[in-house]
Amino acid sequence: MDLGPFLLLATLEGLLQAAVLTLTALGLSLVFGVMRIVNVAHGEFYMLGAVIAWWTASLLSSNPAAGFFLALVISPLLVGAIAYACERLILKRLEYDPEATIVATIGMLYVIQQTVLIAYGPDARPVEAPFYFRVQFPWFGYSGYNLFVIAAAIALLGICWYILTKTRLGLIMRATQFDRETAQAFGIPVGKVYGYVFAAGAMLAAIAAVLIVPIRQAHYLMGLDPLLLSFIVVIIGGLGSLRGTVIAALIIGLSDGVISVFFSPTLAKMISTLLVALVLVFKPEGLFGARAR
Amino acid sequence: MSNSIIKPQKGISRRSVLQAMGATAGAGLALQAMPGFVRYSQAGTSEPVKIGLQLHRTGIGASYGRWYERVTAAAVKVINDGGGINGRPVEVIIEDDGTDPKRGAEVVEKFATQHKVDVAYGTLFSHVVIGSAPRAGELKMPYVVVSEGHHVASGKLNRYVFQPGITDVRSQVIAMAPWISKNLGKKVTMIFPDFAFGHDHRDYFSEAIKAQGGEVAGLIAIPPTESSFTRYLPQISSSTEVLYHVMVGPAVLTFVKELGQFFGSTRPQIFGFIDSLEAVDLATPQLEFLEGTYFWEGNPRYAQKDQTEYDKFYREMVGVDANGASASDPKDISTYSHMFGCWESLFAIKQAMEASGYEGQTPKDKQGFIEAMEAIQKFDEGREHPQGDKIFNGKNHQCYGHQNISKVTGGRLELVHRTAIEDGLYEVSADYTKMSL
Repeated sequence: MDLGPFLLLATLEGLLQAAVLTLTALGLSLVFGVMRIVNVAHGEFYMLGAVIAWWTASLLSSNPAAGFFLALVISPLLVGAIAYACERLILKRLEYDPEATIVATIGMLYVIQQTVLIAYGPDARPVEAPFYFRVQFPWFGYSGYNLFVIAAAIALLGICWYILTKTRLGLIMRATQFDRETAQAFGIPVGKVYGYVFAAGAMLAAIAAVLIVPIRQAHYLMGLDPLLLSFIVVIIGGLGSLRGTVIAALIIGLSDGVISVFFSPTLAKMISTLLVALVLVFKPEGLFGARAR
Repeated sequence: MSNSIIKPQKGISRRSVLQAMGATAGAGLALQAMPGFVRYSQAGTSEPVKIGLQLHRTGIGASYGRWYERVTAAAVKVINDGGGINGRPVEVIIEDDGTDPKRGAEVVEKFATQHKVDVAYGTLFSHVVIGSAPRAGELKMPYVVVSEGHHVASGKLNRYVFQPGITDVRSQVIAMAPWISKNLGKKVTMIFPDFAFGHDHRDYFSEAIKAQGGEVAGLIAIPPTESSFTRYLPQISSSTEVLYHVMVGPAVLTFVKELGQFFGSTRPQIFGFIDSLEAVDLATPQLEFLEGTYFWEGNPRYAQKDQTEYDKFYREMVGVDANGASASDPKDISTYSHMFGCWESLFAIKQAMEASGYEGQTPKDKQGFIEAMEAIQKFDEGREHPQGDKIFNGKNHQCYGHQNISKVTGGRLELVHRTAIEDGLYEVSADYTKMSL
């Protein structure tokens, strides 16, 4: 294949990767930004999103599109509810102590993963894409659904950006993030905000999973990769920075796509890890992160 | 997690003897007071032969594990209904290795020290076999694997490891290479998983196709945990006449779908190992792309026109319908190309135990069992060996049999060629019999 088509495929693959990664990493970043919690269970909320999507879609297996769009509604809601319960029952009681919450979320990771293993089983199961068409480029074909995922992720990001920057809800979240005590003094129910933010973070992961599951299948061990990549993105972009997360996800996603296609996926992972190390050495707060005050 | 799902159904079970004795003694209390006496009085007659099934119940081998467990249950039922082994019923004890080499070695150890089984058996994934086999050797535990890699046959392992129920990759690929080069093409690009099993394909198929005057146009190794493949596909050069794919693990369906999206109707000839689609329904959307492509099958998934009565019997006992799906759930597709290896291995264990008059777990009995297994030269086609007749080489502990090439025709796999045993023979360099016991 010539360089041009090669690059096109690499870009498409990179954009797909970036799209899903942005949503997942945004959830992680949001939770850290507002709550100062490193959510190690984030990948499991992603996995849970995919598994619930399979379950929902299999209820309506006669019509793949209906099943998929129902999953797109139900899966994030259920995952959000589970995350909210986890936050209220566990993290709140730990008073958001940084070390304790890390251990607690590691615990949540295993509990969720093993519960899914028991309930759903160890098999990978496919969810049918809502529609199927193949975009035939002169050199290769590409799934139209993949392009839809990229578009959907961009739309969702726009919505997130709007909520965070233009609405009262976003203002409350930013206020809580900026100074918890002052926000409380101004009558913001910080505890509740924490609960909702934690749920929202998990829901973003779940949405990403529903979008990806027709491409990659649902499997109980699928949470690990997105967790690692999200951490990479969030560290590079700067913890808690929306802009940083999006840009870092684009950098990591696209470089992953291009390097994977031209060289090897293993090299792509090595380079992103190296990038994390470099960022930590030269700009520990991340490319767009604010310095700790 | 351990449990014992398969209990002897017929004959004198220990429990029934205990109950009878309890009644005679007039009190269960007496039994509890002297359990040693009871066991001693029954030794050698109804004490079960314990077989430890090392199962990929979780992890990337789980769909194979599900079926290996079912086939084992069915074969053990047949064995026990027929009077067991040397008059003793067979009991299977299951341990999950999570398709993980480290846990595999722990499972073997658990079998030896905790469950005290007679034989460990059942492992499939080659990295787990390679991780577990040294421990089996150290513990002097006969370890019968139902894998495919060339690890047993190459002499890499030890005298306690056998593969009597399924052929190895090297044998499979050299048997089929002539057919591929003659019917599909000579310039081959290979896509294979980047670990032991995949490397066997890479090394021995490359060798075999070159021997046919062909050439390898590209080698694409894919990490076993990969979940997306499109990025690898541009490496397939346009000069490729035959695309050879063999993949394992949960992402295989994704792999075949992405292959279809990438190529559309302008594909080269495609030859795959059914490993890429074991436990996957051929009627899955987007797999129509595979129409007209070819697959290796260890045992044809779909009942063929000239199905043998042995295959019929085996299918029925295992609970698989004519389409290779579970008789109770048409969506639950079997791993038909591999799982017969469990059935046949259990009958090979039975044959060796009976030939050596295996009684218990004494070093002498184990030695006798191993030597008896090594003395086996062939397995005849029959109920015990429904996949077909095989020859067995006692030196490298490996069997050699027939391979099947099927074409996807109308969403079914139709057999187009069955190789002869001789096609899969190669010069055996390993000799485990020279190793001390």
